[in-house]
Amino acid sequence: METRTYTTDVLIIGGGTAGTMAAIKAKAAHPELEVLVLDKADIRRSGAISMGMDGLNNAVIPGKATPEEYTLEITASNDGIVDQLAVFRQASECYSIVQELDSWGVDFEKDVNGNYEVYRVHRKGRYVLPMPKASDLKLILAKKVKQMRCKVVNRVMATRLLTKGNQAVGAIGYDVRTGELVIVQAKAVVMTAGAAGRMGLTDSGYLYSTYENPTNSGEGFAMAYHAGAELTGIECYQINPTMKDYNGPACAYVAGPFGGYTANAKGERVTGCDYWSGELIMNMWKMANKGEWPLFLKLSHLDDAAISQIEAILHNNERPSRDRFHAGRGKDYRTDMVELHFSELGLCSGHSASGVLVNHEAETSVKGLYAAGDMACVPHQYLLGALTFGKIAGTNAAHFADSVTHIEPDPGQIEAEKQRIARIAGHSDGVPHQQVEYKIRRIVTQYLMPPKTIVKMEMALEKIAHFRKVDLQLLGARDPHEVGRALEVHSIVDCAELMAKASLFRKESRWGFYHYFLDYPERDDENWLKRVIVRKSASGDCELYTKELPPYILKPEPEPEAGVEAEADSTDQQALTH
Amino acid sequence: MSNLSANFVPQRVEASVIIDRDKCIGCNICVQVCPMGILTLDQDGKAYMQYDECWYCTPCQTDCPVDAVTVNIPYLVR
Repeated sequence: METRTYTTDVLIIGGGTAGTMAAIKAKAAHPELEVLVLDKADIRRSGAISMGMDGLNNAVIPGKATPEEYTLEITASNDGIVDQLAVFRQASECYSIVQELDSWGVDFEKDVNGNYEVYRVHRKGRYVLPMPKASDLKLILAKKVKQMRCKVVNRVMATRLLTKGNQAVGAIGYDVRTGELVIVQAKAVVMTAGAAGRMGLTDSGYLYSTYENPTNSGEGFAMAYHAGAELTGIECYQINPTMKDYNGPACAYVAGPFGGYTANAKGERVTGCDYWSGELIMNMWKMANKGEWPLFLKLSHLDDAAISQIEAILHNNERPSRDRFHAGRGKDYRTDMVELHFSELGLCSGHSASGVLVNHEAETSVKGLYAAGDMACVPHQYLLGALTFGKIAGTNAAHFADSVTHIEPDPGQIEAEKQRIARIAGHSDGVPHQQVEYKIRRIVTQYLMPPKTIVKMEMALEKIAHFRKVDLQLLGARDPHEVGRALEVHSIVDCAELMAKASLFRKESRWGFYHYFLDYPERDDENWLKRVIVRKSASGDCELYTKELPPYILKPEPEPEAGVEAEADSTDQQALTH
Repeated sequence: MSNLSANFVPQRVEASVIIDRDKCIGCNICVQVCPMGILTLDQDGKAYMQYDECWYCTPCQTDCPVDAVTVNIPYLVR
């Protein structure tokens, strides 16, 4: 295996939303430093929002909402397990990001006076800011990265961090086009490698029809774990409401302001809050199990002009192939309701709360290592959180890099990783990655999917141990592209094991369906209003322990009584509680 | 697996990304932007879908300067 090496001041792993912003802001903070972005794809179209996004779900716009209100809302939405200071910081600093994106040419919805339009989807506040023509968001960010003279290396998949004691000193990667081993020596590292989106099997049976971009396969979680960083919220899975068989979101956020809504099979409105949370999925799951299923997105009562506007957003943005999916099934929003369903299981802080533990400065528990976006635990942060914390991570990483000197990487770490990759690359008649991936994702779907039980999760761990011993040894690849896919399977196995272990450790139920644990069916704030941490110890064992939450800076509001709705006006989204 | 007469059974797969070879100018942009890295140029310098790992996300189609790319939904998802 040939080896290529780079030396940089700041290394960014993953050039998606958070990574591009981290690179831009690292360079802005210290223009004299070298900033290198590694991406397993191409930063122009990589990450969760390859084809842009139709809106920012959590924009705290002065005059429309306050950081305090947003922080309390997310504290309640994530059942209290938040670092309020981090959430508050996102809420306080996101408006300047919106203004900056606006100045870079991102098209936001504004009223006649030029003020940002915001809509309500959360339980209380108005934070949804549409950007109906932002399919080019990644192109804009990538151009800015180039303007700032950051170095970009595409098609290199980072696979392990290089560490010295408890400090990050670079990373090892693999070029999925040339098959070269890539070694990067860095003074500071920002991890922005995205969600673990290929955990559960998809309903369609196609491996890559995942809600998340399938390139987001959990390398960030796995790399951080193997480097000894603390991870948290791994038991708080992600499951999203999507269109049945199609990986586009259920789209109540887009359709709601036009008068679209979630309906039952009779076309009757199902009331409640469409804000994505474990509670929403729990309500959906209960309805499914009572036979009150499926649910639908209903638009057919709207006039043609409204439907055309909705189509213009949905069919050109985020998931533009939605048009041909509907056409292929002979469905039209004008005459047909769209069947909804659950996405597959995953780990993602953007919509849920799993990730590397970071504080309000995007610092991880490893010195010189920062994390942001879908792989860093700032709950429910969405796209705007990735941008805001990308900025914080990039800025702080640059400051850190400016204060230290390079540390030589440990040849033993490089050799161990080279062996892991070479074993796959040298096994061209091994079992293809698709089949090995199907099998581990089958285990995830059948044994880790809530409702969780001790029996099922212990069986999952037994099967995962067997899988490591047998299946991963059979895994083979015929070219560098397939080696990359096979390495992704390794990440999926690592994440699956952490999901089972973290879930078994939290002996209560929390976050609605995401951690619905039948052996401990009640939420237990007295004992479990705290984090569960997973970490690889110096001796290589998986350690699990709890950690107290940072002190709240705002007092949570009392939870409303069960069955009592938060106030809602007629034009806004309503919830799925029956 | 070395003593088996045939390791793999070939399977027919329909490509979801279709390239109009008359239009394709071999500029490589679709190959570059595909997140999953599944496109490549053939010996004639025309793009084609080499791996059945499509997210049908459409940058290849959108960014093609000569409208040579059509993204269809993979069979299982249709």
